This record gives sequence, C-alpha cells and structure tokens, in this order.
Amino acid sequence: MPESKLDLLQGTLDLMVLQTLAAMGRLHGYGIARRIEQVSGDAVLLNQGTIYASLVRLQQRGWIAAEWGTSTNNRKAKFYSITKRGRKQLSEDAAYWQRLSDVMGRVLALPEGSNNK
Amino acid sequence: MTDRFRRFFHRLRSFFGRTKQDRELDAEISAHLELAIEENLERGLSALEARRQALVRFGGQRQTRERHREARGLPLLETLLQDLRFALRMLGKSPGFTAIAVLTLALGIGANTALFSVINGVLLNPLPFPNANRIVAMFQDKPNFPKGSISYPNFLDWRQDNRCFASIAAYRWADGTLRGTGEPEEVRAQRVSATFFSILGVRPILGRNFTEDEDRRGANPTVILSEGLWKRKFASDPNILGKAVNVGGAARTVIGVIPTSFRLHIQNFKTADLYEPVGQDEDEKFHRRDSFWGMDAIGLLKPGVTLEQAREDMKRVNSGLAATYPDIDADIKANLSPLKEEIVGEMRSVLLVLFGAVGFVLLIASVNVANLLLARSTGRRREFSIRVALGAGRAQILRQLLTESVVLALLGGALGLILANWGTSAALAAVPRTVPRAEDIGLDPRVLLFTLIVSVAVGILFGLVPALKISGTDVGASLKDTGRAISMYRSRTQAVFVVGEMAMALVLLIGAGLMIRTLAYLWGRDPGFDPHNVLSFGIDPPPSLAAQPPDAIRAELGEIHRVIRSTPGVEHVSFDWGALPMASDDEVGFWPEGQPQPARQADYASTLEYVVEPEYLQTMGIPLLRGRFISDADDKRSERVAVIDNSFAQKYFPGQDPLGKHVKIFDFDADPSERTWIAFTIVGVVGHVNQFGLADDATQPLQAQMYRSLMQGSDLFTKNAAQGLAVFARFHSSLSSQAFFETIRSALVTHNGQMIVSGNESEEEIVAHSIANQRFSMALLGVFAALALLLASVGIYGVLSYLVGERRQEIGVRMALGAKEVDVLRLVLSDGARMTLVGIGIGVVAAVILTRLMAGMLYGVAPTDPVTFAMVALFLSGVALLACYIPARRASRVDPVVALRYQ
Repeated sequence: MPESKLDLLQGTLDLMVLQTLAAMGRLHGYGIARRIEQVSGDAVLLNQGTIYASLVRLQQRGWIAAEWGTSTNNRKAKFYSITKRGRKQLSEDAAYWQRLSDVMGRVLALPEGSNNK
Repeated sequence: MTDRFRRFFHRLRSFFGRTKQDRELDAEISAHLELAIEENLERGLSALEARRQALVRFGGQRQTRERHREARGLPLLETLLQDLRFALRMLGKSPGFTAIAVLTLALGIGANTALFSVINGVLLNPLPFPNANRIVAMFQDKPNFPKGSISYPNFLDWRQDNRCFASIAAYRWADGTLRGTGEPEEVRAQRVSATFFSILGVRPILGRNFTEDEDRRGANPTVILSEGLWKRKFASDPNILGKAVNVGGAARTVIGVIPTSFRLHIQNFKTADLYEPVGQDEDEKFHRRDSFWGMDAIGLLKPGVTLEQAREDMKRVNSGLAATYPDIDADIKANLSPLKEEIVGEMRSVLLVLFGAVGFVLLIASVNVANLLLARSTGRRREFSIRVALGAGRAQILRQLLTESVVLALLGGALGLILANWGTSAALAAVPRTVPRAEDIGLDPRVLLFTLIVSVAVGILFGLVPALKISGTDVGASLKDTGRAISMYRSRTQAVFVVGEMAMALVLLIGAGLMIRTLAYLWGRDPGFDPHNVLSFGIDPPPSLAAQPPDAIRAELGEIHRVIRSTPGVEHVSFDWGALPMASDDEVGFWPEGQPQPARQADYASTLEYVVEPEYLQTMGIPLLRGRFISDADDKRSERVAVIDNSFAQKYFPGQDPLGKHVKIFDFDADPSERTWIAFTIVGVVGHVNQFGLADDATQPLQAQMYRSLMQGSDLFTKNAAQGLAVFARFHSSLSSQAFFETIRSALVTHNGQMIVSGNESEEEIVAHSIANQRFSMALLGVFAALALLLASVGIYGVLSYLVGERRQEIGVRMALGAKEVDVLRLVLSDGARMTLVGIGIGVVAAVILTRLMAGMLYGVAPTDPVTFAMVALFLSGVALLACYIPARRASRVDPVVALRYQ
C-alpha cells in the first residue's frame, strides 16, 4: 500500500500522541497539543486543531480512551488516556520508527559519489 | 479482521450519531480555547491578545471539524447522501421538469420491465419440474405432420428398445364426461402412462401415482383426480381414495390426487381435471400399429445423455421397427425436442423482437430526458460556474449531476415498476391463451434487479452527455455569460439527439406497420367458410346410448339434431365427427381409383376427413363448386358417397372430371372381421377450407379435404359417434352467440337430463385465435411504436422550441430587415425538416437491417416492403413537421423590437 505524505504525517502525529499519553498519563486535548509543541516546536503540529482528528482516529482503533472530566482549574474538558492495546501498539510502532530512523540515518550518512572512489 | 470491523462499526455509529459527535467536538474545541486563553492570561497577555493568540494557535476550526468528520465517519457515504439531498432539493425546485422527466422514464422503463417480466417468466425461468432440462418432448415425424401422433405399439417398442431414456411416457386426450356426482358435466381428462408424473417429478398430495400393472388392458380401472376437481366436486373428501367415480361412462377407482401446482400445456396435453392410465384402453383399434390417435410422449433422458445422442439412438430403434414392420413403419422417424422449446414454441423469436423494440422506446425516452437536461443546463450554467470558481472540481460537479440523473431514473424506475405490474396483467388478460406459461409471469427478484440495473444505467446514460457538457464549460466564459459558442455547441448535440430519436421511431413504426400489413393480409384471407354467426360446441349423449343397437343410435342422433334445429334462431345445423376447421385435425389414408394399390400402407395418400350431415355446407357457408353435397338420401342403404374440395381434385384428378370417380378408403371403423377397402363415389366438389389457421394453412403439406355422410357410417362408427360429437349451428344474426348457446343447451338438457353440452366457441373466435400470435405481436409493437412516435414528437418539438428561443434575436434582426412571417416560418421549419429527414434516412437503413429479424412473423408482406417504408416515412415526416409547426409559428410572431431588446 503506497503511503501518501499525509498518511506518513498522520502516523507520526498518532505515534506522538500515544507517546505523550504514555509518558504523561491522563491529558486533555489542549494539554497533549501543548506537550507536543514543547517537544517538537511547530515541526509536527502546524496548528493545535490538527490534534483532534488524530485523537478520534486513535479512539476508534481502541488505542486510547476518553472521558469528560474537570481540569485542575475547574474547567470541563475531555481527558484521554492510553489503553493496554495502545501501549502494545506504541511499543511496536516505536520499535519500527527506531529501526527506520537507524536505516535512514545510515543511508543518509553515505557520502555522495562514494562508489567512484 | 475484528479490528477492521470495530473501526467500521465506530464509523457507522458516528455516521448516524453525527450531530451528537459534532456537539461534543464543539464543546471540546471551546474547552481547548478556554484553557489556552487562561494560560495566555497567566503569561500576562491582555484579554484580547490572549484570545487572539489562542485562536491563531488553534488554526481553522472548520478544517478541524471536517478532518474530524473524515477521520471518524464514512466520507463516501456522507458525500453521497449530501449529493442525494442536494439532487432531491434541485428536482423539487422544478416540479414540472421533474414530473415530465420521471413520467417519460417511467414509460420507457415500465415497458421494458413489463416485457422483461414476460421474457423472464417464459424463457428464462426453468420449468417447474425437478429434472426439467432432461425432459424431452417426443413425436412421430410423418410426411404431413412433423409432430404427428405415435401409435401405441410403436410407443411400447420405443420404450423397450431405447438405451438413452430413463423412462418415457405417452399421453392423449380422454373422454371427461363425469356423471353420478352432482350435475353431469364434461371435465378435462387425459390418459397418461404410469411413469408420466414421475418423469415430471410430480407427487400426489393424496394417494399414489399409477403403477405399470394398472397401465395395461384388463387392469382394474383407476383414476387420479386433480386437487381442483377434488375440492370442487368432492368437497376435499379426505377418504376419497378407493371410492368409485363415473368417468366416460365407466366406473373408476380413485387412487390419488395431483396438486394444483402441476401445470403443463403442450400439444395433446393440457393440465386436466382427472387422469387415467393410457394403456388400459380396451379399444382394439387403439392397439393397432397403424392407428394414430393423437398421442405424443415425453421422455426423461438418462443423466449425461445429450439430445443428439438420444436422436441417434432413436434412429437405431426406428430402423429396427422399419425392418420388422415394413408395411407400416417403413419411414418411421422420432421427432425429439427439449420440453421447454416445445412449451415456449415460436413465442421465443416474437418476444426477442419485441424486447428489441421496447429497448428503442427506452432509448428514445432517455434521449428526451437528456434533451430536457441540456435545455435546463442553460439556467444552471452560472450556478456551476460559481461552484467551480469556489473550488469545486470537475469530478465533483460531474458526480453531482450524475447523482441527479440517476435519482430521476430511479424515480422513473419505481413508477415504471408500478406501470409494468399493472400493464402486464392487463395485457395478459387481454390476450388469453396466447402467451405460454402466463402463470409464471410476475415481478420476481430477477425482474426487480433488472429494473434497478436498467434505471441506474439509463440514469448514467442520459445524464452523462449533459453532465460532461456542463462540467466542461469554460468558467470565465459562462460567468461573463455571452454563452453564444456554448449554446451553438449544445444545439448541435440536441440536433444529433433528435436525429437519433427520429431514426429509432421510424424503425419501430415500420415494425408496427409491417405487422399491421400482416394482420390486414391475414384478415383479408378467405378462410374458405363464413365464420360469422356460427357456433361450435360439443355434445356427450348419456353413456346408455352407445349400448343400444346402431339403428336406435341413429334414430336418437336424428332426434337430437331436430331438437337443435327447432331451437328459435337456428338456421342450419350439422354434426361433425373428424376434423374441425382450425380446431382439430383428422386424416385418413386412401387411394384414388385408376391408380394401382400401393404395396405398403405407409404409401397411401392422405386426406383430411370430415364426417358430417347434409346441412354442413350451408351451416359453414362453404361454396359448392360442382355436383352436389351429401343429402338426406345418402344413408346406410344407398351407395357410399364422398364430396371433395378443389385441392383434392387438383392433386389427385388433375385435368379430369372427378365427379363419378371413386376413392378407396380403408374402413377402420368396421368390425375387425369385416375390415376392407370401401369405394366411395365422388358426387361433388366444394371450396377449400382453411384447416390450419389463417396464418399457417398454406404452408401445411396436407391440403386435400374429403366429406362423408354421418348416416353412412358403419355400426361401429355409429357407436363411437354416440359417445360424443361436435355440432356446428348457424344462427340468426340478431342473436349473440352466448345467448344462443344457452338456449340450445337448455333445450338439449330438457330433451335428456343426462346430456352434457360444453365447449362452446363462436367460429369467429376460433378464426381470430388462429392468428393470436400475430395479433399479440401487432398490439405490442403498435403500443411501442405509438409511444416512440409520441416521445420523438415531443423531443423535436422541445428542441425546436429551445432553438427558437435561442435565435430570437437573430429572428428579430431578420424581421427588422424585412423578412416576412412566411420566411421565418420556413427558416424554422427547414431546421426541423433537416433533422427529421436525416433521422428518417438513417432509420430506413437501420430498418432494412433490423426488420429482417421479424421475417418469421410476417405474412403476405416482405420485411423491406417499399409501400410500408414509404407510408411510414411520410407519416413520421408529417407528424414531425406538425410538431415543428408550433414553435415555428411562435417564431414568426416575434416582435422585432422586443426581440432586439432581449438579452
């Protein structure tokens, strides 16, 4: 299945959300967005709204759970947490990303025109 | 798998719970923004700036919602629903257009659905028998009758000697007079072999089938009742088995009841009220190898045996019979065909031709709707240009337009289904006995699927051209809306449509025209007798009559004749035993005097034989050509006489005077001990009577006809005649045949309460029925052609009206420059005439090719009959010009000032 650029980005964002929830525990959408911004700058999240499509997708796959709750300063918000299946998925995806980035790193490290020398 | 399912389930749920999820998302977004604003405020921003930055960081809320929806829902289904809703809204906005389009399509799709339901029921559906594709109809192929009767001894030898049939079973008509249970009456009875029902896979609902032991001479007489008769006559008596019923003058024990669901109609067999074993017949003549008593057979092929193998096998069997019985079976042949072919018969080609015709009607309807859509697109061009300008892709607009046309077609299909359901039953009721398997015709899932597929296909078909045209429109040009080039382009498309419609309408009209000419030819054919005011019916005297001495029988038959003769309104009466014109055949072998007696019985000449009374000629209105007809003086004591028709005279006495010549006939009806060749003196020549129906008589090889006197029959013949006779009665033209029949019936029943009078039909009905197939084809082709003509006329009218509207300005300029009304009229009419003539030209070429397919349905007219072609072309041109005249007239009334200001 050929993956479009958007799909690749989607996958990246999904993985970040999972990792964030795994690391931080229960968070609302704003919290997740802020956390990702802090870690990555604007490299992944062009704007914060993008997060919600990712959240509903992960929810439908059963990787995260959601419930309405109250924030520290008494605001009503929807809180997300990672599920058991989500953790499993995260470890698989993280391992895959690790492998991929190793391979990419090695490939990109090849000096240009090295076979001529 | 479960994962995918869960995701789909979630998506489906969110698809239906859309609004709730949207509300939740809205709440989530506002919570998000408030959290962000709060944080910004804490960072020391002003209230305004905190809010602004929160909104900026969040990004487009609309996009967020859309992406959210896409991620969670079923985008394709959602778009489709959106398109559908929009399409319905658009159609609802122009109810006039919608109504006309839906009605047009309903007519086209309805006509196709109706005909497909007939084709489905008659041709496609398997016969309702478990082994239907292994069942074969069997006939004995004889010189005059390819589907001739099998003699019982030949049948028994076929059954014994063949190697490829699991079983074969014979069947023939039987005397169905039923007495001793309520009113005496004549019911339908058939004699069948023991294996008949098991070949067809029909099981009795009560009791059992016949056994082989019952199916021979001397066996205990038994009978199987039909469920219908059992209910009607015996009140569904559960203890009917073992009871005796009086059928055909003899007591028979009931052994079974056959369900109503069993239906079969082929030559010599029609679903009956009761069945008897065929082999029980005690009549010695039935068991002769040279008697042909209207008996055919069905066979069940062994699994894996092909029809070809069976034919080869039967050749082998028959060459054995020819060697053993050279006198009779010298040229014996078996005619085998699949049972379904036999039932459907020539209806197959008729239905296929009609299906082609009705397909044209649908095409014309589609083209009309496409034209309507094109015209409508003028008003919508701006709408779509704006949508394109706002970023809608060509594909999106195409999808939207196609959705609209498919919705239209589906609406048309739904209405068409109703029309078809209603029209089919009305049409079948109007032509009873014409379409085989009529009981199998109806709206089953296959028909519904057909209608659905046709509707969608038609929707795409007629929607595509207008949709491509609109969606391909140059945005800038149409927003500026000079629109000149576009409308020229479109009017060319419309002209092509009109030409196509005219061509198709012409083909259909020519088809209908050819059928009308065929019918006119057939109706104009002289049947050889005058069918007006002649009633035909059957009488079955009480069984006790046949037991009386021959002279007493003759006396009683004379008495019955007088009773009928003295009924008010009767002008002439004659009994007939033997062949009945256009109703039943009876042939006899003979040899003409002066020629050597043929060595083998198979070599005798054949003639149709009518055993009648002196008034037969006047009753039937047959002209006497020479000599005299049978008279009252020709009785048992006088010389045996015969009257022949002119075909007989020409064939066997060419260039001679047949009067006074003799023919020798083998006297089957004499007692076996005194059988001999009897000489008959020819005393008269009469006109030829159309025996095989108006359409088919000329192509039948057996043309010779001979009349003998009923009163000169042998004693044995008289006994047979006492068991049932046909009667022809000519009545006064002021009476209706039905009322007349009732008068005769009550007179006969008063004469003898045990007499059964039945099966009345007027000769006019019989003649009409002989061309029922042709009338059926003509009626349907006529309806389709009329529909095509109407739609095509509306089409050309619509297009011309549109063109006139487009050319208003030009016409105004012309008129301002001095053109007269007549010039404008001519200008517009010539546009219409050009399209019509090109259409007719193409149509003529197409018709020359296509009408060849209906050659088998035509009589007395060639498929390319120039008169029909010319008349139809003229007629269509006339109608088309009439349709053009209205818009042309409107154009000629254009006020130049108004027209120039227009736009």
